Amino acid sequence: MTVTTDTAVTTQVHRVWIKATPQAIWDAITQPEWTERYGYTNRADYDLRPGGAYRSYPSEPMKRGAEAMGIPLPDVVVDGEVIEVDPPHKLVQTWRMLMDPDTADEGFTRITFEIAEGRGGVSKLTVTHELEGAPKLALIVGGQAEETGAGGGWAWVLSDLKSLLETGAPMDMGDGLKA
Amino acid sequence: MNDDDRIFKALADPTRRHLLDRLFERDGRTLGQLEFGLEMTRFGVMKHLRVLEEAGLVITRRQGREKLHFLNPVPIRLIHDRWIDKYREPRVSALADLKHELEGKELA
Repeated sequence: MTVTTDTAVTTQVHRVWIKATPQAIWDAITQPEWTERYGYTNRADYDLRPGGAYRSYPSEPMKRGAEAMGIPLPDVVVDGEVIEVDPPHKLVQTWRMLMDPDTADEGFTRITFEIAEGRGGVSKLTVTHELEGAPKLALIVGGQAEETGAGGGWAWVLSDLKSLLETGAPMDMGDGLKA
Repeated sequence: MNDDDRIFKALADPTRRHLLDRLFERDGRTLGQLEFGLEMTRFGVMKHLRVLEEAGLVITRRQGREKLHFLNPVPIRLIHDRWIDKYREPRVSALADLKHELEGKELA
């Protein structure tokens, strides 16, 4: 696949409305016992202060899935640094995917999570991912690599997060990723 | 009107689907870039963009002096998970059952 880089258009914005409090959404993003339950089921480890480390570890089902496909996983699959913390409304961090040598070489990208309380107990979560210089990662998080087994990116993760918070159970993806 | 109604209504118009396709090809566009080549007034394009924004399918962000439009694929994903997956799986397995049955007969 040919990947062309257009530095003017390297930001992705994803938004979802969830019937949950901002605090519940904040916890689901930052607390490992929650991050293991949806999307890629990674175990997030945040040091929630500016300059603090962010690391994401693969879950057991994810490790088994990768091994079955013949892909050895590193111990840390994503790393980064916390830039701004304003719980439960705003989190800014850098983010580098280490699972694939190509995305690791693309270096750090930047993610901003914004959570706003709306009417009727519905909160708005906006994820802005600045992907300058990371065209391969942009394909993965944009969901365009789903057919290759890379998961559905942000749209998939946020759809699953909404299911988990609203129904208490993640979607049944039938992909064996769930614990 | 609930969220699903807003999304289906937004997707029911060919111009709005065309605008989404344009953003899929190249995200983060200004109004000027989006209306280019469309046989429609700027006001008409703005109206369509507002419907898309109200359905959550388009998100606008200010960048310097420009207002950029981004495609938000999450609502379409939710529709897919809610309406498409649900009807696809049983049909696929029904076809698989039929195949097994026919192949079984051939062998017998």
